[in-house]
Amino acid sequence: MSSALIDLVWQSTLETLYMVAVAGILSALAGVPLGVLLYVTRPRQILAQPVVNTVLGVVTNVGRSVPFIILLVAIIPFTRMIVGSSIGTNAAAVPLTIAAIPFVARLVEGALNEVSPGLVEAAQSMGATPMQIIMKVLLPEARGGIINGLTITIVALVSYSAMAGAVGGGGLGDLGIRYGYNRFNPTVMLITVVVLVVMVQLFQSLGDYLVRKSDHK
Amino acid sequence: MITLDNVSKTYGSGPGAVQALKEIDLQVPKGTIHGVIGLSGAGKSTLIRCVNLLERPTAGRVVIDGQELTAMDAAALRQARHQCGMIFQHFNLLTNRTVYDNVALPLELMGQSRQTIRERVLPLLEMTGLADKTKQYPAQLSGGQKQRVAIARALASRPKVLLCDEATSALDPQTTASILSLLQEINRQLGLTILLITHEMEVVKTICHRVGLISDGRLVEDADVGDFFTAPGTQLGREFLNDFLKLEAPQALIERLEPEAGPDTHPVVRLTFSGDSVATPLISRLAREHGIDVSILQAKVESIQGRTLGLMIAELMGSDMQTREALTTLESFDLHVEVLGHVQRTD
Ligand SMILES: Nc1ncnc2c1ncn2[C@@H]1O[C@H](COP(=O)(O)OP(=O)(O)OP(=O)(O)O)[C@@H](O)[C@H]1O
Ligand SMILES: [Mg+2]
Repeated sequence: MSSALIDLVWQSTLETLYMVAVAGILSALAGVPLGVLLYVTRPRQILAQPVVNTVLGVVTNVGRSVPFIILLVAIIPFTRMIVGSSIGTNAAAVPLTIAAIPFVARLVEGALNEVSPGLVEAAQSMGATPMQIIMKVLLPEARGGIINGLTITIVALVSYSAMAGAVGGGGLGDLGIRYGYNRFNPTVMLITVVVLVVMVQLFQSLGDYLVRKSDHK
Repeated sequence: MITLDNVSKTYGSGPGAVQALKEIDLQVPKGTIHGVIGLSGAGKSTLIRCVNLLERPTAGRVVIDGQELTAMDAAALRQARHQCGMIFQHFNLLTNRTVYDNVALPLELMGQSRQTIRERVLPLLEMTGLADKTKQYPAQLSGGQKQRVAIARALASRPKVLLCDEATSALDPQTTASILSLLQEINRQLGLTILLITHEMEVVKTICHRVGLISDGRLVEDADVGDFFTAPGTQLGREFLNDFLKLEAPQALIERLEPEAGPDTHPVVRLTFSGDSVATPLISRLAREHGIDVSILQAKVESIQGRTLGLMIAELMGSDMQTREALTTLESFDLHVEVLGHVQRTD
């Protein structure tokens, strides 16, 4: 394997990591609060708001049901507005983030739903405000589930980033398509796949470790 | 200290509505341990949850220490809840907080300084026997220890009232006893008013001063524990008592019991009496004055809150006339007589 090729794979790996990191962080920053809102505005929940809940629910579902490849193309004008270009890793990070936000939100909502209602009730009996319940009971108690959800999201982002890469975003997907597929170079194809597999394994193991460490259930 | 004034609670509306509480009036004076007992689904949990408004009553007033909780806005209610600790059947401890941090939680919520929190939490852990467990997580504790943490947590805000919803129902008898004695100690040392819900007469007998019986959403009895155990005012109360005392006629006798008196039968009665001096003279009197032989089939004596309670199942052997007179005499005494049935004479 030539040093040029190694360089290329390394460069692409960094691009993938960059896209995943940016989309992962931004989608967590937006998705966790959205997930909390989806949960606490449910009927009979601490901030029950049926209308808000329904609207958020519909928006989230729409976000999740649009196929990623279509989202990628459909929001090009928006992407251009934000990063000033529709190609490159920054441009790819935009649709990745948009797609991951509702994904994260639903996973967070699910994790919160696993918190025993008895704990919320106990906090209420102590005179906790809804904000205190969120910060001191719901989020800490759902910590394991949330980290697990974020791990799933990161893993999904790795594979989605390959798709984004294919339409000019760079990264391992781009490399695999351009060299491995278009120029029919099976070695490159294999290498990209192996790197992706290793990357997913590492993220999953790291996530599992963090869940174990943070959860005392 | 706690007053429920005409409290009703209906879940849902329309045809599916469940009226869980019906016009409950209840007074718990300062420093008392008041038990509420009832069958499953009677409304016990609803009642206690209405006291700190975890469940808002549909009608009626809830007053704690002179403050009407039902008239408060959300902020005032949160403030008032600091006066009112609560413990639960399943403990409800935060799994991702250590024992220390669980007990500290109510104080954190009140915005107390770390210093104050430390000064309050450590003595509470000492008192509840958890001083060596401060850094453990709830998953590492036994049920009894978890409930101790919950008790310490409930006391952290220095409440005047402690609400206990089936606090010992998930514990074995020995652990139950130790939790109950802790509650009793707290009641005595801190003068805390305790309202506790249970379906176990044993719990009522062990620590309560007064007891209410709830049936189908209504408070059908509310009495001194001594009175309740010696002379329950309702059929349901008697059933609870008999069940608790496990004083049933022997199976062989039950099979021979007939509901109606016949020409050749003896009545079998269950006598419940208080005070230890009553029974013996009574039996000899029946023999002396009515010529009755009393055959004692089963007897039991219990001591409840310093009062003695006796129970006896006996066959009254004599002629028709004699036994009828004997029953009249028995009823004129301060005891409860229940004719269980009649058996054929064997003599
Ligand atoms: N959130 C609720 N929504 C609708 N109905 C309810 C709700 N909570 C309780 N109920 C109903 O109210 C009645 C009283 O329930 P409650 O839980 O107070 O009984 P309980 O005496 O505590 O019973 P248990 O000993 O089984 O705990 C029951 O018929 C129950 O089905
Ligand atoms: Mg209950």
